Amino acid sequence: MSKPTSGRIAYVNARLLDPATNLDVMGGLLTEGEVITDFGEGYAKADGQYGDADIVDCQGACLTPGLVDIRVQLREPGEEHKGTLKSAGEAATSSGVTSMVCLPNTQPVTDDMSVVEFVARRARLLGLTKVYPYGAITKGLQGTDMAEMGMLSESGAVAFTDGVRAVASAKVMRKALAYAKNHDLLLVQHPEEPSLAEGGHMNAGALAARMGLSGIPKVAETIMVARDVRLAEDTGGRLHFAHISTAESIDIIRRAKERGVRVTCDTAPPYFSLNELAVGEYRTFAKLSPPLRDEEDRRAIIEGLKDGTIDIIASDHAPEDEDSKRLPFAQAAFGGVGLETLLAITLELYHNKHMSLLDCLRTVTCNPADIIGLSAGRLAVGAAADLCIFDPDRGWKIDADQLASKSKNSPFDGRLAQGRCLRTVIDGRTVFTLEQ
Amino acid sequence: MSTRDRELRFTHRHLLGIEGLYPFELTDILDRAEAYAALNRQRAAVPAKLEGRTVINLFFENSTRTRTSFERAAKRLGADVINMTVATSSIKKGETLIDTAVTLNAMHPDVLVVRHGDSGAVELLAQKVNCAVLNAGDGTHEHPTQALLDALTIRRRKGKFTGLTVAICGDVLHSRVARSNIHLLNAMGARVRLVAPSTLLPSTLSVLGAEIFHDMREGLKDVDVVMMLRLQKERMEGAYVPSQREYFHFYGLDYDKLSYAKDDALIMHPGPMNRGVEIDSDVADDIERSAIQEQVEMGVAARMACLEVVTANLDQWRKENGL
Repeated sequence: MSKPTSGRIAYVNARLLDPATNLDVMGGLLTEGEVITDFGEGYAKADGQYGDADIVDCQGACLTPGLVDIRVQLREPGEEHKGTLKSAGEAATSSGVTSMVCLPNTQPVTDDMSVVEFVARRARLLGLTKVYPYGAITKGLQGTDMAEMGMLSESGAVAFTDGVRAVASAKVMRKALAYAKNHDLLLVQHPEEPSLAEGGHMNAGALAARMGLSGIPKVAETIMVARDVRLAEDTGGRLHFAHISTAESIDIIRRAKERGVRVTCDTAPPYFSLNELAVGEYRTFAKLSPPLRDEEDRRAIIEGLKDGTIDIIASDHAPEDEDSKRLPFAQAAFGGVGLETLLAITLELYHNKHMSLLDCLRTVTCNPADIIGLSAGRLAVGAAADLCIFDPDRGWKIDADQLASKSKNSPFDGRLAQGRCLRTVIDGRTVFTLEQ
Repeated sequence: MSTRDRELRFTHRHLLGIEGLYPFELTDILDRAEAYAALNRQRAAVPAKLEGRTVINLFFENSTRTRTSFERAAKRLGADVINMTVATSSIKKGETLIDTAVTLNAMHPDVLVVRHGDSGAVELLAQKVNCAVLNAGDGTHEHPTQALLDALTIRRRKGKFTGLTVAICGDVLHSRVARSNIHLLNAMGARVRLVAPSTLLPSTLSVLGAEIFHDMREGLKDVDVVMMLRLQKERMEGAYVPSQREYFHFYGLDYDKLSYAKDDALIMHPGPMNRGVEIDSDVADDIERSAIQEQVEMGVAARMACLEVVTANLDQWRKENGL
């Protein structure tokens, strides 16, 4: 039911929510072609103020900037049987995600300008969620020699990371931070000391002991967060930690921010909505990296989100096919799909009264856009008409088989959720509407 | 020799570095070098001030250009020259640096010209010998004769140092050439800028007395002299810089970046050049602006001056010590 993009479209009778400006009013929004041309309070009904524009009556639903998801694994190019740009785009739009930043762990790795250009061109042709590639910090993600970060940045890489691998050598990380600072580039670290995580499959602790699985200690994460905070401080480089999972990491980052270190971080929905008990019965769909931690950590993550220590919620979308997941726990791959559930699980923080609706949305709109440096995530005249219209109260059951993702490995399969995306608009075009 | 006259000369037995030398000492050497440059260009005979002297070129690192330049300078002054490349001989047999120094000292040389891969090694050797020592490059510390020949080139082209702004670009971190040049240019009243990615130019290097730039166009803005440094291949494959092409893209000297410097900016390079890595061939070969050939020519003259002064000072020292 996509509309022609040439004309004007008025979204009326909507609760306008713009976290960047703390706007929360009943009103309407007008788009013309690809951009927002007007919005504001008062246009509660289709009363003719928008002239000849096509009218979309939102019936009181929330209208926000489209979500910005900074941690998505596409699997294309290289592992299209697990996921493609198209399947990720469809999964993303069903959750109101209009911009996503994809990890460089494709085959070939995004350590070369041609891969950046390939992904950007393919995504443009699809016309679904906008895709921005990360470039690799090190060549081949091998953790030894720096990739051509300056030239990758000029060709369109928005930030740099070795994806699901940590830059393990402190020497390499220090040089990379110093080099990135030159070009004012952001580095994103997967904070996990490989020598401590090696051979582990779930959170180290009582449950792992009972289940007879080898654990990944929390200190594997905190030791690297602490190390890299020092390196960022020393070099003046800009650093972001992906998917923080432990209470102590949050403490270290909180203190670093107080000192003025240029450090930010994100977490993913499983880390504030699930704990290690989810892997009971050896459920490999809940085998994530980092592993789900204990209840104390889960609560600390929520506190970190509330006080702003954690800046962003990212889906950490990691498609894995049946062959990689229907295995004995120790042999199964890490990771879960998360695009489709990003909005609904994030809204749990609002429904559980931990955060206001605007604060909740801030972590998936303007905060990620600002940290990565995208001109997205806010309602503004002249900005791209990337919108998410959602009903915060709509109940639904997450069913892995119904997911748009090519891989169905969701840790939230069977969960009852509250809050659902009704319509997603990208550059003024409706790319998703919920079938009623 | 009057007292005043003596004060205005370079009076040290060794030339180990530029740091700590006074402007008049540097000017003394530069003036002598200037005179030799004129004689060399005319292919005229020079006074055989080193006749009967023995100069040993003791190189613990391979070098062709610098060693040849010193050899030419010493022979032009009439000295007997012995070349020793130790990288391939006794060090492998386990002889220590000091043992080597003592062994050579027993042969009664007049001047030892020493290059060594470790910073401070030449000074250590100098403490153990009775001759004069010229530092031909120690580790990443100093390369004083290079700074002197660079200064001579600048003075001949620009006529002065005061008020000039000189940008030194490239691998400053590992460069003894840069360190000696910074000391010399600061002493003579020029302003020094350093330009490189932060992996090759940590902010701590500003203690040497230079302004730090990580953007080449900003760093070259309105400078009078652009001094390029060589980037070693093993440092540009990911350890300090991602690749040659990325380095050239952001820090290679081409006409576009050079356009930010003054129109008459002088281009220098200590050699050997990596064309297409730190410098575009067109720029390197620009006869109007590139002084790279002239630097090599001045190298012989500057080293003749250095050999002359340290030999004279050695005689004075021997007299004072009854040797």
